[in-house]
Order: sequence, then C-alpha cells, then structure tokens
Amino acid sequence: MTAQTAVRPAPVPGTPVMGRRRLWVLAALAAGTAALFVLTVALGSYPVPLGEVVRVLFGGAGADPRWAVLVEEVRLPRALTAVSVGAALAVAGVQMQTLFRNALADPFSLGVSSGASMGVAAVVVGTGGVAGGFTGDLAGLGRVGVVLAAAFGAGCVLALVLLLSRWVRSAVTLLVIGVVIGSAATAGVSVMLVYARPELAQQFVMWGLGSFSATTWPDLAVMLPVIGTGLAAALLTTKRLNALLLGEDYARTMGLNVRRSRELALLGTSVLAGAATAFCGPVAFLGLAVPHLTRVALGTSDHRVLVPGAMLAGAFLALVCALLSQPPGTDAVLPLNAITSLFGAPVVIAFLVRSRRGLQGVTS
Amino acid sequence: MTDLTTAPGRSGTTTAAHTPPEPGGLTTDCLTVGYRARAVWGRGRPRAVLEDLDLHAAAGELTVLLGPNGAGKSTLLRTLCGLLPPLFGGVRVGGRHITEEPPAALARRLAVVLTDRVDAGLLSARELVALGRHPHTGFTGRLTPSDHETVRWALAAVGAGHLAERPAAELSDGERQRVLTARALAQEPDVVLLDEPTAFLDVPSRVSLTVLLRDLARDKGLTVVVSTHDLELALRVADAVWLVDRSSHVHTGAPEDLIASGAVAAAFDADHLAFDAVSGSFGLRRPARTTVAVDAPADRLPLLERALAREGLAVRRAGLGDDPQVAADADGNLTLHGADGVVRTRSFHELTRAVRTW
Repeated sequence: MTAQTAVRPAPVPGTPVMGRRRLWVLAALAAGTAALFVLTVALGSYPVPLGEVVRVLFGGAGADPRWAVLVEEVRLPRALTAVSVGAALAVAGVQMQTLFRNALADPFSLGVSSGASMGVAAVVVGTGGVAGGFTGDLAGLGRVGVVLAAAFGAGCVLALVLLLSRWVRSAVTLLVIGVVIGSAATAGVSVMLVYARPELAQQFVMWGLGSFSATTWPDLAVMLPVIGTGLAAALLTTKRLNALLLGEDYARTMGLNVRRSRELALLGTSVLAGAATAFCGPVAFLGLAVPHLTRVALGTSDHRVLVPGAMLAGAFLALVCALLSQPPGTDAVLPLNAITSLFGAPVVIAFLVRSRRGLQGVTS
Repeated sequence: MTDLTTAPGRSGTTTAAHTPPEPGGLTTDCLTVGYRARAVWGRGRPRAVLEDLDLHAAAGELTVLLGPNGAGKSTLLRTLCGLLPPLFGGVRVGGRHITEEPPAALARRLAVVLTDRVDAGLLSARELVALGRHPHTGFTGRLTPSDHETVRWALAAVGAGHLAERPAAELSDGERQRVLTARALAQEPDVVLLDEPTAFLDVPSRVSLTVLLRDLARDKGLTVVVSTHDLELALRVADAVWLVDRSSHVHTGAPEDLIASGAVAAAFDADHLAFDAVSGSFGLRRPARTTVAVDAPADRLPLLERALAREGLAVRRAGLGDDPQVAADADGNLTLHGADGVVRTRSFHELTRAVRTW
C-alpha cells in the first residue's frame, strides 16, 4: 500500500469518485495550460509584452499594431493548434490504449498517420511540388492540397480498419492488422520517395517532422470544429470505455454493446488523429506518452476523470513543445517531432520510472 | 488474505439495498453448447461439446459444476451467461430467455465472474466494484448516492469492506476474487455465474470463498452457479451438483445423490485415484506389496495407515498372539520390527524410509 492511498481519507458516503487530489491535479493542469497559452502567444522570435497579449486576446486594440498582427496572425493560430492537437492526440491515445488494453497503442497504431503520409507523398511526388509543406511556400493550392491529401489518406485507412473490425473479433488481431496496414503504407511512401526528385523528398521529410506553426485561420475554421467534435464524442463515451477496463468479455456481461463501442472509439480516434495529422503532420509521441502521464498524475484509470485530464495534459505538453520548437528570442525553428521525442522521452521515462506503479494502469 | 471473521450472512452486514430476487433461478431447455463452424474458409462443422441439457439451478442454492479438464465446463458457463451463442436450445433466467432481453436488462439479472485474469490497473477496489453498476447507471455513468450504497453493500457482502480504498492491482489473489465477486453483486443480479473462482487460491481462501458463495445463495436468495476443480470441498458445501462425466453426460442432484449413484467415482477415477463413496473423499490407488500387522491406538492408526499405504503396504490390525510388525503408541513413539532389527523413532519420515528397504 502506498503512502498516498493510506493517507487518502475514505470518501464520505455518496461523494463523487473524484477525490480531492484528482480535483487539484485537474485544476493545476487547467491553470497551467491557460498560463502557458498566454506565454506561447507572448514568446517567440520577437517577444510581445504579456499585457499586450492579454489585451489582444480579449479583443482590445494593442498599443502597437504590429504586435496585434503578430499575435493574431501567427502566435494565436500556433497556440490554438498546439492546444487542440495536443488534446486530440492525448484523448485518441487514451481511447486506443483502453480499446486494445495495450500500453504501446497510440493514435497512429491503426495506420492513420501512415495513410496520411501516403496521401501527402502522393501529392508531393505526383504533382511535382505543389505541396509547400512547412517550408514556407504556402501559395496556391499547396497547403490545401497537402491537408486534403492527408485527410484522404487517413480516411482510406480508417474506412479499411472499420470495415475489417466488423469481421475481426479479437482486438489484438485488429491491432496487428492496423500495424501491418501502417507498414504497407509506409512501404508505399518509400517507393514513391525513391522516384521523387530530391527536393520534393526533402519537402515530404519536412512534413513528416510535424509543425504547429503552419496552420492559418481558414485551417483552424475546419480543424477546431472537427477536433471539438471528436473530443466531445470521447467525453460522451467514457462510460463505455470504463466498461471495457476489465476486458471485452466482462464488458459484454455488463450489457455493453462491445462492437458498437469499438467502432465509436475507432471512429473517434481516427477523426482526431486524422485531423491532427492533416494539419500538423504526424506529431509523434504525445499520443503515446500523455495518457500514461495523466493516469499516473491522476492516480486512476477511471475515464470520467482520465479523458478530461488527458485533454488538459495533452494541451499543456503540446504548448511546451510549441514553445521549445521556436526557442524564444531566436530565429531557430526546431522540428516539432525532434522536440516531442528527444526532449519528451527522457522526461517521460524518468516520470514513469519514479512512479512506482508506472505503466500498470494501461492494460486495465 | 481472507477474513473469515467478517464472512457475510453470518455477521448480518446485509442491508436493504438488495431487493429480493424473483424466484425462478436459471434453466436450460434442450441446450446444446459448443462452437460454430469457423466461417473463414467455409469449412468445418459446428462442434457440440455438451448436448441436450435440461438443467435447473434453483434460487437460494449453490450449484456447483464439476467435471474433468476439457469436459466443457467453461463452454457451458460462457453459454449460460450469453458470451457464447448456444448451438441449440435456450437459457432462461427467471423464466425469460436471455437472448430476448436487451443486454443491459440481462446484465441487471445475471452477473459473471470470469476466469480472465483481470489487470485492475489504477483502479481502487471500490472503483472496480463500481464498474458493476454499469447496467444501472445513466448515459454518463455517474454514480448516485444509492449506487455508492450498493457498492458498499457488495463489498461488505463479500467481507471486503476494509479493502475498498486499496489499489485493486495490489490485492492478493484471494482478495481480488472477493472484490470481483463483489463487482458481480454490484450488478444486483438474481443469478451469479462464476468460472473457477477458486483456481489460484490457497486452501483457507478456497474454503472461505466457497462458503461465502453458499451463504450468498442462501441468505440473499441468489442463484449461484460455480464451476470448480475443488471436488471434495464442492461436494461438502454445494446444495446441488452438475457433474459432467467423460462421455459428456451431465448428472444432476445433491452431492450425496451423485456419490451414491457412483457418478462421481466414474467421472474422476483414474489409475492412481480412487473415490471412496463412504468418506466422500479421494484416495491414492496403489497396489499393496504386502500386508503388515500393526498395533496402534485408534487415533494414531489413520496416520500410520496413510504413511504405510504410500510405501505400498496394506494394514492389518495385529490380533492376540500376533506380533505386530509396526507399532505406535499414544506418546508418538513408532516401533518397527524389521528383518534386520528393531527401529525406534518418533518421526514418520524415518519410519517410511526404513520400511522402504523391506
């Protein structure tokens, strides 16, 4: 028995499941995310005073119009993208890990990102460089083309997986199939890249490194509602996810329609991961790590707490990564996936190793 | 660790949270269980494991499902709880067919403890039990005060109230089985099915869990069906037995009925195992090398007999004028009159070693 559980007072009869500690963690996460959001808007290659940021965010006119433009056209879209994509990938990761009862499942386990990659590679290679990727050449159909191609690729994989899930009874088999589909798509991408001109291949590689900075307001007008819908769906299906905690057989005997739940979770995950990938590239690691971190921080596998917690934690960590990928006061731009994986991995490993129960909550 | 002192039913910890179930129990009609054809390549036929079962488990009774490995106990239980579709026939709970009910409605009347090893992760025992409220809660899964009350009742009913705040992953096997049983009770079912709940437990935990299940059946009027390999315990505690024999025939009745009819012996006797219908227990079957004359007080004789039987020696009480070859006295001294002299010892181990050289 851990000290914390020994100390935790027995809940008064009839109190909600959320213990005091969980409320504190959620509140701290929310406050931290809000603070970091303002910081992300304020900091960058050219710092904007915090007061100005807050004034612009609340619709006031900034003292310097250049600040207002910088905040509204560059910083705010970046911060909003980070928040929504972070939350989306984290929640998708929770759904996948619970659905497959597997600690290594993440939003891309079923090949959604590989499908998106294949779509983007096809556009990049096939149309000879229409795709500007994140290299700054966003003229014409470039940006839209990439987004549509990624969405189409992700959608194809999603349709295939959903179709197969009607026949495949075992979740593990479905997971393996997803991994195989992903490998096949990746193989297709490499074949295309072999025949691509080097500079186009370079563009594709840049896309593959992910970015929160390329989204524009028109992008956000599509992405935010899609991700918002996916997140709302996840919040509405927490009861189903909880029933799956003890495995599909127990879920059935508790009256759950397991097939329906599985399809809902797969659809939700794929929409979230597909939208995130379409606009930001395959952002690695957040979807795998944030669910684990959230479980440990909240000390529970109860999805009614875990899903909101993962949203906040995902948004928080994505903002941290957004900040680090464009170190304040410099013109340097680091690839997003380098930040998430290189800097994130040691932190997460340390966190999980230190917390004695580590990955235990995953397969439950 | 199990807590025998707070075994429910005896301690009177039950509350009004549980409504008395309607009578009816669990009934099967011409039920055939087994596996359907593998549809993948269109080959193979349905494989029936047990056929034409007309079984009834009564409310208020502990019914035990016994049978050798591979006899189809798990298949039958999975069919009874609706996880496996029957090949033929049907299952009724309280008079209604389980396939005719919406799954959530069925889950309010029938609960299961499976053999699946549950990894409870970061749930506390209370949260794990609360999962059983699933068929009763609304769309969001929010627990009302009465749900919390039922969870507390279920934990108390299995004598696990003190475990409520413990992480479920840190429970011992015995504690976890109690908590999983509580999860099933939290569904407030009329019928509880348990698939080998005592499999990983030590002897005291087995006894206390089995007695607990019988008390739950008796005191709460539940229909409890348990499959187990724990034959002797089951035959002592069960109110009714479903015994699957090697030819896939299911015998039903009180334990004593099946012992008397020889069904138990027929189902489990093997080369080295013999069922003794008189004592209702199993013994090792070993051909006796020879018979030895023994002199021992009545309370020492059974142990001596056991020790010698292991060495292949049958025992005969030494009569008058008949020199005993092995003697025991009330103080625990053992004397062995062997071919090469007399061995005196207080240890059965030395005795059996000495006998082995005969």
